[in-house]
Amino acid sequence: MKKLSVLLVLLLVITVSAFAQGQTEMSEETDAPFKVGVIYVSSPGDFGYSYMHDMGTKAAEEYFGDKIEVIRMENVPENDSAARALEQLVDEGCKIIFANSYNYQDYVLQVAKENPDVYFEHCSGYLSNENMSNYFGRMYQMRYLSGMIAGKMSPTGKLGYVGAFAIPEVIRGINAFTLGARAVNPDATVTVVWTNTWFDPSLERQGAMALLDQGVDVVAQHQDTTEPAKAAIAEGKYAIGYNADFRAITESDNVLVSPMWDWGNYMIPEIQAAMDGTWETQSYWGGLEDDMISLSPVSPLVPADFVAQVEAAKDMIAAGEMDVFWGEIKDNEGNVRQAAGEKMSDADMLSMGWFVEGVIGSTN
Amino acid sequence: MNLDFITKLLAATIAMGTSLTYATVGEIFTQKSGVLNLGMEGIMLMGALSGFATALASGNLYFGIVIAMLTGGLLSLIHAFLCITMRANQVVSGLAITMFGTGLANFLGQRLGPASNNYNLVGMNLTSKFENIAIPFLHKIPVLGALFDVSILTYFLYLLLPFSWFFMYKTKHGLAVRSVGESPRTAAAMGLNVPKIRYIYTTIGGMLAGLGGACLSLSFTPSWNDGMTGGKGWIVIALVIFATWNPGRAVIGTLVFGGITSLQFSLQAAGIKMVIPTQFLAFAPYLITFFTLSIMTILNQNKKGSFSAPSALGTPFAIDDK
Repeated sequence: MKKLSVLLVLLLVITVSAFAQGQTEMSEETDAPFKVGVIYVSSPGDFGYSYMHDMGTKAAEEYFGDKIEVIRMENVPENDSAARALEQLVDEGCKIIFANSYNYQDYVLQVAKENPDVYFEHCSGYLSNENMSNYFGRMYQMRYLSGMIAGKMSPTGKLGYVGAFAIPEVIRGINAFTLGARAVNPDATVTVVWTNTWFDPSLERQGAMALLDQGVDVVAQHQDTTEPAKAAIAEGKYAIGYNADFRAITESDNVLVSPMWDWGNYMIPEIQAAMDGTWETQSYWGGLEDDMISLSPVSPLVPADFVAQVEAAKDMIAAGEMDVFWGEIKDNEGNVRQAAGEKMSDADMLSMGWFVEGVIGSTN
Repeated sequence: MNLDFITKLLAATIAMGTSLTYATVGEIFTQKSGVLNLGMEGIMLMGALSGFATALASGNLYFGIVIAMLTGGLLSLIHAFLCITMRANQVVSGLAITMFGTGLANFLGQRLGPASNNYNLVGMNLTSKFENIAIPFLHKIPVLGALFDVSILTYFLYLLLPFSWFFMYKTKHGLAVRSVGESPRTAAAMGLNVPKIRYIYTTIGGMLAGLGGACLSLSFTPSWNDGMTGGKGWIVIALVIFATWNPGRAVIGTLVFGGITSLQFSLQAAGIKMVIPTQFLAFAPYLITFFTLSIMTILNQNKKGSFSAPSALGTPFAIDDK
């Protein structure tokens, strides 16, 4: 009896771990397609970060047709399992492998060193190797533009922002958003609430509700679910999406606009280069000029002439005539952080740990 | 800090805490009968999924609640079968239920729902949700008014709490559950059917956990998301300790745990510079659990009332045990 029960439990655990591993999808065999591996930190069903990466992967699949075969791995934990997953992809014959989360980087580097004939692409990190690149996008440019729209549409000038963690990537986004809003409404303020999680629907919603309770009338977010936006919509207030087009998902015009990722525009040329043998290692931080980031269609509630103004600002950034972090920029304690007339260096942007004037909140 | 701030804080705490309290009361019923169910996270998630999927397909929220409770009951029946009939290790079985439940819920979440949507249930919107119902006059009372502007699920919880306390401590059935949890051999000698009672209360516990999960997907965050319970099933285990296994006290734990989370958001949103870092507040509930456990032990040693876990908690029982 006891033995049987242990067996049953064991069986349950095995079934479960099969689920937990995430399914490995393989497309149909054709004559020796070029194999591409992808590992995702979550499931593309999150409608957030991994979802957008998967859209990029799908764009690549569409572009190359049966010339490539993609092997996906979902829900890969950011620990030693990542190395196992990468090795498995190498064993399957993948020639180029994309890994989409920051904490994979040490494992990507380790496996890259062991497999010099495979190309590795790591998203959002800073490590590289002869056969390993890192890549990310200048999302802050889109945050700035969405901030302009939020500043324009807010009757009170009180904006709210639900942030995941107080790390440079998120802080940079909040600052850019604030600068955009204050370019339109110099009195606008942005109140920040930290959830200390990338993904927790109820906590994200709670953070947004606390902001709404305080009279904020536009909620922006750097989170993985649509909950902060939905909380704002439910109160009849405005929301700014992130990652994907939240207006399409929530079917509400109260979502004014969503800054979005377009990973396909990076993945396609990289896969092409790997196929052609022209692949080279790089640290890539792509911006507006190469379409890695984009703005969703703007809500019809936003006046058309203002949308044209935002488009004009976008063109100026793309042309390099203007940039988000262009001095003089003060922090929210009054210190000058960037001298007048100068553009902030990438190094300063990548290590940003302070809020610009107009942000209410703390960075720790 | 004004009255309005406190009222809104209380409202946020209650909205968040409803789901936690249902599951906590459920787990208390289960543990009182001597069965430890660590599968709460998986059961709540399956409850959230099945409730949402049903409500989406049928357009009826109450039908969603019923199915969520049935799903919770069914999952806990697996646990009951493993640890009562098969006498398996309750910790291992509970963990397996959690892994199975979360895996299955995320798996189904990507496969149920209309095919027009690539990722099915995620991103689907319900046409309705459990809205807040304000009781005339009462909801205008400062601060406490927040208690009378909540969803029907929370009103039902107000009834469930005193009922479950009364049931547990003032009825014959409650006595039976407690004796099975404290000393199954004595209970059996008195003619009680120990396995049957444990089956019943483990199932009831699972049904309440399923309901707790559905509170999230049908009322608080009316949507489905992979892993949307975000570890609430584990907080429930801590809350049971915090409530010292008394269903009537379950609400105190929810108010403290939920209150801390809500407070840290409200302070940030009000622009009040925080002395305590948010990371500290995030783990504070667990810190409080340590203190509760220590204080309980001291009180028990001094015989200042009964605050301890059911004696037979986690121990399998067989009539032929020597």
